Amino acid sequence: MHVRPVAELAALRARIESLETSGRSRAGVLPFGVAIVDAALPQGGLALGALHEVAGGGDGAVDGAIAALFAAGIAARLPGQVLWCLTRPDLFAPALQQVGLDPDRVLYLETGDEKSLMACFEEGLRHGGLAAVVAETARLSMTASRRLQLAAESSGVTAIAVRRWRRASEAADFGQPTAAVTRWRVTAQPSSPLPAPGVGRPRWFVELLRCRSGDCAEFSLEACDEKGRLALPPELADRSAAPAAGVRRTAA
Amino acid sequence: MASAQAHALVPGLKPFDSAPAEDAAALERLALWAMRRYAPVCAADAPDGLAIDVTGAAHLRGGEEKLLVDLEARLEEAGVRARAAVAPTYGAAHAAARHGGPAVIGAGEIGQSLSNLPLAALRLSPDLIQSLGRMGFETILDLERQPRGPLTLRFGPEAGKRLDQAFGRTFEPIIPVIEIEQPRVEQVFADPIGAPETLARYVGLLTDALCAQLERQGLGARRLDWLCHRVDHRIEAVRVGTARPVRDRRRLTRLLQDKIETVSPGFGIERMTLTASIAEPLDWRPSPSSLADEAAPDVSGLVDLLANRIGARSLYRMAPAESDVPERSVRKTAPLAGPSLAAWAPDWPRPVRLFPSPEPVQTMALLPDNPPTHFTWRGVRRRIRRADGPERIYGEWGRRDAEMWAVRDYFQVEDEAGERFWLFRAGDGLDARTGSQAWFIHGRFG
Repeated sequence: MHVRPVAELAALRARIESLETSGRSRAGVLPFGVAIVDAALPQGGLALGALHEVAGGGDGAVDGAIAALFAAGIAARLPGQVLWCLTRPDLFAPALQQVGLDPDRVLYLETGDEKSLMACFEEGLRHGGLAAVVAETARLSMTASRRLQLAAESSGVTAIAVRRWRRASEAADFGQPTAAVTRWRVTAQPSSPLPAPGVGRPRWFVELLRCRSGDCAEFSLEACDEKGRLALPPELADRSAAPAAGVRRTAA
Repeated sequence: MASAQAHALVPGLKPFDSAPAEDAAALERLALWAMRRYAPVCAADAPDGLAIDVTGAAHLRGGEEKLLVDLEARLEEAGVRARAAVAPTYGAAHAAARHGGPAVIGAGEIGQSLSNLPLAALRLSPDLIQSLGRMGFETILDLERQPRGPLTLRFGPEAGKRLDQAFGRTFEPIIPVIEIEQPRVEQVFADPIGAPETLARYVGLLTDALCAQLERQGLGARRLDWLCHRVDHRIEAVRVGTARPVRDRRRLTRLLQDKIETVSPGFGIERMTLTASIAEPLDWRPSPSSLADEAAPDVSGLVDLLANRIGARSLYRMAPAESDVPERSVRKTAPLAGPSLAAWAPDWPRPVRLFPSPEPVQTMALLPDNPPTHFTWRGVRRRIRRADGPERIYGEWGRRDAEMWAVRDYFQVEDEAGERFWLFRAGDGLDARTGSQAWFIHGRFG
């Protein structure tokens, strides 16, 4: 079998990318700091100035708890203000602070319906002064996501759509195509047992379901720490576990 | 009634001379206050009423019901007993407020809301009411059922006109009060205009003129009222607010142009006015950032745009509040509020989703301070693999007497699938005074 030279493939990739972005400049990438995740993403990190979709698996499709923390971890590692658009105001700000998203950096926007939420989402992206815009939404059509993606590309602001449905059965909508650059599904996994009674750092099963100019991948990772960083589980990483300050306590 | 007779009826009565001119002036001041607080089109309705056109302004106070509650409460604080009502026409609102109709009359409900009210609710002259009463007309429904021709022939046009005004068949203009000292620009058109592009162009020109005026006075606009006077005497009003004083013509134009779709030009607009109804000093000031650092991007433009679109209450920041009870530990603050001095304790686990109210769960747990072994929530039974706690939170006796002894013991638990929940027991597990010892779920961790 004839194997194509690596240089030729790389040149082809670069050409496809210049066609896709049609000359618009790239805003750069945000590495996750976990080698296996960054290796699965083109250019070694999450593309900035692009639309990303995150949803929870199982019950998480309805409560969106893990998806919100995953998005908050990304937003926490970007410098600047974050706009968080909601229709259901049950997000608890102290938890966002515990993954590194300071309350002074988050601007909440609460709308009654998804239509005005989308309009505000796009307006936040077009302004250009924010670090990221996060929106919790159930519906994301191809047209809406295309508009958001163009708005994000033109201003360089990162957009994260946290998909959250009213019922678990509606989560089948997550299979529909959108213009988002990456699509993630994050589900809870049993955490590693501690030597003493108590709960340790949460463990997430992170699936990269779709990635433009990249392959699908799945990882088992430790949840965001107090700076919003993910980590490899200690039994997988070739080193001792990093202490998870903050959320770990032993039973009284 | 003679003064002596009044004194006999009410002991300790203090008589005052009637001063109609002063009453009218005070009512005018009240109308100005309502204009500043509620809506750009307000008028005094002598001798004892206010007319406020809340079209397009009620959402800024959280809806029509909340606006009424706020209005009545504010007037009550100022020592004015008032009754307020909202209706599609001023005639209907006038009748409902003064003669006991419903507080909020929706579109299409005028007929049934007004039909049983007395004729006095129609703003007819006392003589006319008396002569109508002599003919057996008592309620608005009686009058509404009559053929209009004979009615006008017998009693003149007033009864028919007031009926039409109340039911919205003819239009009744509200002539708004204006504050002389406010920065204000006006444009009169030779021919009425109506196309959205033309409106956009002229609102841009008006904003330019207003900004020039504001700059001469060293002011910045906190609120703009844009009134479009239509050829049929209706006034289309748009009100936009800003979080900080602004004199940037592009930003103000953008805010107003965002609202053009709410302006219905009808047969055309013949006059436009733009008023800075709240203006605050705005002087040139040096930029506080040093030359080396990049200045933090200004988001106040975005805040203004979004707040005018969805209402200022829907855009907020969360700041720490001085309380250990989870639902009281956050408070909403203004979107451009400075950094808060208080902080949440970083070491206690807090769920990312906090339920609006705790939901009861069925559990089994060893008293007094062991975590549950399993729990059933929304019909699903979950076995608990790992748990952490308790974190004891005491009730705040300073706020409510019922919390004098109240205790909640919070546990962070993880089920077999790795999902994490925040459960608490109402009570310390020993003393019945501290709570019912029932278990609740209060949130979900990521």
